[in-house]
Amino acid sequence: MADHVTVLFFAALREQVGLDSLSVAIPPHGLSVTALRHQIEGETPSIAAAFAEQPRLRVAINKTLGTFEQVVHPGDEVAFFPPMTGG
Amino acid sequence: MPLHVAVQTAPFDVGVQTARLSALSPLTGGIGLFVGQVRGGDGLVAMTLEHYPGMTEGILHALAQEAQARFDLTGCTVIHRVGRLEVGAGIVFVGASASHRAAALQATTFLIDRLKTGAPFWKREEYANGQAQWVDARETDEEAARAWLQQSPVP
Repeated sequence: MADHVTVLFFAALREQVGLDSLSVAIPPHGLSVTALRHQIEGETPSIAAAFAEQPRLRVAINKTLGTFEQVVHPGDEVAFFPPMTGG
Repeated sequence: MPLHVAVQTAPFDVGVQTARLSALSPLTGGIGLFVGQVRGGDGLVAMTLEHYPGMTEGILHALAQEAQARFDLTGCTVIHRVGRLEVGAGIVFVGASASHRAAALQATTFLIDRLKTGAPFWKREEYANGQAQWVDARETDEEAARAWLQQSPVP
């Protein structure tokens, strides 16, 4: 979707949010992951509460680990999740 | 194919996977293996493994490629299961074949250390009393992964 990012949630965060994914309208020139997070928190208080439960939140942009300073653009896939526990 | 990576619900066969590594190259002198399984105790009955489809396979493949280059492997296999797994069930198979044992053993450790905190898997524990909880990342696991990142690759 033009001017939207797809936001995904995994594991404990997914359960706390109560959603697998969300489409979020963002400015055409993009915004930082931190700004995206703040926008989602402002729009949906229940997600703000879920994020608050995750002091070590991680982010992946288009299926690659990223940072909260990175800028995302419309069409990107942004995933939030707790620290990984494989193996 | 010297590198084999899979994310699957089905069990893996350690014998079959080891034989495949063994047959890859006449230069192979040894194979390092790690098999992770669901540990019981304290009433734990099962674990459910969730992952991020698409990202997981990419990261495991990149780790396998890095291991192959860094330790001069003749072959490398990483198989990780997802879904609900009961106590004793295999979770992960890591195998590395090389001309000499040091490279095979080090590559095996490298792969399991790095994938534990670097590949998007999450474990949810299920107990006999009906309770369930997500596993917290362990600081010792993150230290082990960081130690590999700080070491310069083999020249």
